[in-house]
Amino acid sequence: MRKYIQFSVTLIVLLGLTACSSKRERQPQYMPDMYVAVPYEADGAVKVSSNISSNRKPVEGTIARGKVPYEYTDTNEGYEKAKEQLISPLAKNEENLDNGKMMYGIYCATCHGTKGDGNGVLSQREKFLGIPNYKDRDITEGSIYHVIMYGKNLMGSHASQLTHKERWQVVQYVEKLRNDLMK
Amino acid sequence: MKSVYLHNRISKLLLKSVTFVLLFLMSFSVYSQDVDEAKQGEGKKLFKSLCASCHKLDKKLVGPALAGVEERRENDWLKKWIRNNAELRASGDRDAVAIYDEYNGANMNAFPQLTDQDIDNILYYTTVGDPRSKASESTEVVATTQKEAPGWLIYILAAIIVTAFLIIASLLKTISELKGAPKTPGLLGNLHELWIGVKQNTFLHVVGTIFFLLVAAYIGFGSLFSVGVDQGYQPIQPIAFSHKIHAGDNQIDCQYCHSSAKHSKHSGIPSVNVCMNCHKNISEVAENTVLVTEEKTYRKADLDKEIQKIYKAAGWNSETLEYTGETEPIKWIRIHNLPDFAYFNHSQHVTVAGVACQKCHGPVETMEELYQFSPLTMGWCIDCHRETKVDLKGNEYYQKIHEQLAKKYGVEQVTAAQLGGLECGKCHY
Repeated sequence: MRKYIQFSVTLIVLLGLTACSSKRERQPQYMPDMYVAVPYEADGAVKVSSNISSNRKPVEGTIARGKVPYEYTDTNEGYEKAKEQLISPLAKNEENLDNGKMMYGIYCATCHGTKGDGNGVLSQREKFLGIPNYKDRDITEGSIYHVIMYGKNLMGSHASQLTHKERWQVVQYVEKLRNDLMK
Repeated sequence: MKSVYLHNRISKLLLKSVTFVLLFLMSFSVYSQDVDEAKQGEGKKLFKSLCASCHKLDKKLVGPALAGVEERRENDWLKKWIRNNAELRASGDRDAVAIYDEYNGANMNAFPQLTDQDIDNILYYTTVGDPRSKASESTEVVATTQKEAPGWLIYILAAIIVTAFLIIASLLKTISELKGAPKTPGLLGNLHELWIGVKQNTFLHVVGTIFFLLVAAYIGFGSLFSVGVDQGYQPIQPIAFSHKIHAGDNQIDCQYCHSSAKHSKHSGIPSVNVCMNCHKNISEVAENTVLVTEEKTYRKADLDKEIQKIYKAAGWNSETLEYTGETEPIKWIRIHNLPDFAYFNHSQHVTVAGVACQKCHGPVETMEELYQFSPLTMGWCIDCHRETKVDLKGNEYYQKIHEQLAKKYGVEQVTAAQLGGLECGKCHY
């Protein structure tokens, strides 16, 4: 009798060893220190179980490499000023327009619609309501850029998702859409 | 006593249901008597297209909640304000200046194109509100009554049935033995005899050993090959976020949130400000949204709580609509992780090669809970590099070298592998 018990216990243990892979757990790692980077990784924490993210904001008064500072303030006055003064540094060419179209498709069209008429998917599905048609708004290069930087009313800032150049390319494409709509 | 109790309960139930039905009918009839549906529909249409980007009926948004605004302000004043609020403020109207200051100088657009009739329709809609939808109420009832039986119950039931059968069988056997039937050795006895037979047979010994070794090798190598390969890994994330709802139903582009994929090594997890770009407005999910995970079925009430977690992380007060400044990180659990000894760059694949995200990450737009679709092993990388033909259009700088390579390999279009995509040092250095 003891033999049978021993046999079945071994069998259960063996089966248990092979069968315990849950999709909620990672597979075992051989030498885990080769899987996990020693330096900080994007989206990581400074220490394990710390609440401090390894992504930090630039120190105040400094400009991160490749970034372009923006001097207009996030107020009504700043908006008016940007609307009058701010001019695109980019040349108006096909290349910029094409990339602008691509970026517009990713970051703007879900709400503003592929034509700029305010009839994007989120508008059709009534997640966002009252998205204006570009032709109904008195906008300029400067004001479009300003709104991408800071957002306006319900629209949030899209500065973190687009680079300086991409923002101006989107501006060029929005102006094109607006002109098409005005026709 | 018991019957009286039962009787009481039934009569109470009857009374309750009758009152409920009466109330329901009353509310319905009141509604249908009072509302001018044409006017309401017209107003609703205008409200949704012009006002709803900043106003809700029952809740403060960019501007104040507009339900019952007619009771708070004069009709003439509202018309002036809606047509051109800047003019009204300039004329020195104290109410106008006060409300402007209360909302921190949020500029409301002027709507000179609206007629008196239009504005009256909008105001009518803000007063009567939406028609109550019967559909949503009934589905809610269905939702609460629907309850799934837990999975382990089935196993327990099966075990009980099997034990019952065994007990019955042994009882029957004992009864027949008591009645005088010859004693049989029983199941265990039979097995024992078989075992003794096997132990004495050398041929069976050899076959058994070979079989055992093969099985052991299969299991052993299988488990060794799964070391560090997390295909199908699906951890429980701190927020029940559904890619199906966001990328599938709402068709938000992958790169809207994972915006760093186009320029950087990482396709990072979006920071909370990106969530807030939409969720500043969307604080509640739609009525019939359901998210099913293995452990739990999330319905509207649960999902609204999940959105509150974003607000907590962003430090957003959804009552006053202001940031408090008290933020905390959301501890998402990383799924896709290449070992540190393999270099991978998202921008090279997304921007330069133009590979669709789904090629490696699978049908993410259908996943309610994200899991790792690909094995992310070296063999898997190399397979793709061997198969993928490189698009060389618009790349004049390298034209000559591309032509030479194509000639060398005798092909029309070179693959990533032929461009050097198999060299060790490309990924391991």
